[in-house]
Amino acid sequence: MLILQILIDGFAISALYALGALGFTLIFGVSGVLNLAHGAVLVTSAMVAWYVGTNEAAGALAGAASGIVAGVITSFVTYAVVVRPIQRSKAIPEVERELFVLTGTLLWGVMLQIGLGYIFTTTPVTVHQLVSGTVNILGVRTPTNEILIAVISWLTLGLLWLLVNRTPAGKRLLAASINPRGLTLMGVELDQVHLLAWGIYGVIAGIAGVLLGSFLGTSSAYIPALTGTAFSIVVLGGLGSVTGTVIAAYVVGYIETLTAYLISPSLRAVPALILLVLVLYFRPQGILGRR
Amino acid sequence: MKQTSKRRVIRALGALAATTALTAIAMQPVRADTPAPIEIGITASLSTIPGAAIANAAKLAIADINAKGGVNGHPLALVIEDNQTSATNAVSSFQRMVNQDHVVAVVGTWISEVALALEPWSARLHMPFLVTGAASNDISAFVHKDYAAHKYVFHAYFPSAFLAEGVCDLAHDVLADQLHMKSAVVISEDAAWTKPLDAGYAGCLPGAGLKVLKEIRFSPDTADFTPIFQQAEALNPDIIISGWAHVGVQPTVQWADQKVPVPLAGINAQAGSSAFWKATNGGTEGVITTSTSAPGVANTPLTIPFTDEYQKAYGISPAYSAYSTYDAILALATAMQAEHSTKPDAIVAGLEKTDITGTQGRITFLGQSSPYTHALRFGPGYVTGVAIQWQSGTQKCIWPANLANAKPEFPGFVKLPKLASAN
Repeated sequence: MLILQILIDGFAISALYALGALGFTLIFGVSGVLNLAHGAVLVTSAMVAWYVGTNEAAGALAGAASGIVAGVITSFVTYAVVVRPIQRSKAIPEVERELFVLTGTLLWGVMLQIGLGYIFTTTPVTVHQLVSGTVNILGVRTPTNEILIAVISWLTLGLLWLLVNRTPAGKRLLAASINPRGLTLMGVELDQVHLLAWGIYGVIAGIAGVLLGSFLGTSSAYIPALTGTAFSIVVLGGLGSVTGTVIAAYVVGYIETLTAYLISPSLRAVPALILLVLVLYFRPQGILGRR
Repeated sequence: MKQTSKRRVIRALGALAATTALTAIAMQPVRADTPAPIEIGITASLSTIPGAAIANAAKLAIADINAKGGVNGHPLALVIEDNQTSATNAVSSFQRMVNQDHVVAVVGTWISEVALALEPWSARLHMPFLVTGAASNDISAFVHKDYAAHKYVFHAYFPSAFLAEGVCDLAHDVLADQLHMKSAVVISEDAAWTKPLDAGYAGCLPGAGLKVLKEIRFSPDTADFTPIFQQAEALNPDIIISGWAHVGVQPTVQWADQKVPVPLAGINAQAGSSAFWKATNGGTEGVITTSTSAPGVANTPLTIPFTDEYQKAYGISPAYSAYSTYDAILALATAMQAEHSTKPDAIVAGLEKTDITGTQGRITFLGQSSPYTHALRFGPGYVTGVAIQWQSGTQKCIWPANLANAKPEFPGFVKLPKLASAN
């Protein structure tokens, strides 16, 4: 009974973690950008979904749709206003560019956090759920929303896999992540590939933000922790590796759930952090890292 | 090029000096006519609901006092500093308010960690400091331990120990007597204010008729509360008693989502705000929390006019810290008026003699002999707080009996003890 409870509970939270970290690893893989405004993109989507869905009483679906649109817009703004100008700046030496992008996105994330805090207050809100009620799975009372979250997370993961491996545009994304110079020599505009990557990133982050907001609630105060969790999962899985990210998300999700059930809820985050430190010591490239 | 810019700077400085001189001359007669305002400092985290409520209530308080002629003929004015929930920011803005703005007292903060960081500065700078939302027992304990140094601090809200007593009184009158509950699981967030709260619960709940089956503490950054509710539910308690302020939305929503069959009562500070219904998408239906007051509840003749005025001005109902801040400023003004002085020691002497009717009840501060020196006096005839329950989107008062406007009601998934279902 307890084992089943842990299995079900851990599965849902892990799927959510995987989806939350997916965009982060994608954008790093394709364009080499560590987007430290990631948490802010997630929370912006969730806040807009709440505002439209609940505060303006437009309903769960309209709320979720506006949240995803907000995710895409924030993603493009991040790219156009912060990342691209730094990447193109002649004043910044080539070797320091990544560091500037890192700092730029970090500050942008802080700006979004403070802005959201003043617009919506830092008190958390919950995004309207698409479904309510509970289902009994072999004696475990499970919220239907939790099941839906796991299903949507896996659908999104599956669609991304299909897109990357089965469509020409996706193959270009993959190529950009392996050898951008080679891709340019083939006559592909790298700019357009990056634009596509940021678009996909916005959609994934939007979906993740809305689902996270319906399960865990959302607040501008969560932004640093969300960026941190995504970052840890991605480092654990190996920077830029989508499969590694999914595996790492499940490792972290289940370790946390096991700790909460078997040791103490107040120690939930500790073992996963210890694991992260150990991985950095003994296998710095992460579980499936290439670099 | 350089020459021109230098000349431009000189010209600009000259113009600035002339304007300043002219303004000073122009200001002169005005100063002579109106008495200088008495400045009061406000420290709060303005992006949080309780923090914004502190600043909002302070504005209403000084408007009401100024409308009645101010203090000894001087109007009151506010200096509001946003501490952004950071102790470092709070300390530097505290110093700024004292040294630059020459405030006569500082009021505010609902975060114990911030209040405790400001307390030594209040002592060092001899600056009266009224804490209006934080709950750590240490705030008043420090005054008791070193009165000479810390006497400038007044805890114009309740220490956790009193908050626990309030919940136990509610447990006795409503949960045990009316609803025939016998056992409880305590679930509290891990924070400075809940340690004495949990100790208080453990001490007084059994006397109120609720056996404490287990105390569960969780980290405030907990995302998934399923394991916690599962653990509680497995013990079959009649009620879950909460100690939540930093968290609120997530555990409440997950409690409703998972249809945890055990009702939820205690301190769920965020549920005291009218914004909580939308924040939880109605997940808070049936949740009970203690608070200072609520819409439509008349603790005193001042309460409803204040609640209405607040709602009209800001569009939401006052958070708990609004009532305590309004009363604190009322007490401060009364003290300055009575002592005919704005000097720190006179204000302390005046505050110690406080006996006024505020929005929460009769306001007096405990004396030196109490271990909670300068904390708000708690109990029947003074301030007890109220218990509210969310029913169909509104906050109803279910305790104390003389203020109650509704009977407790629970959502369908909650199981109540057999005897109570007859009600």
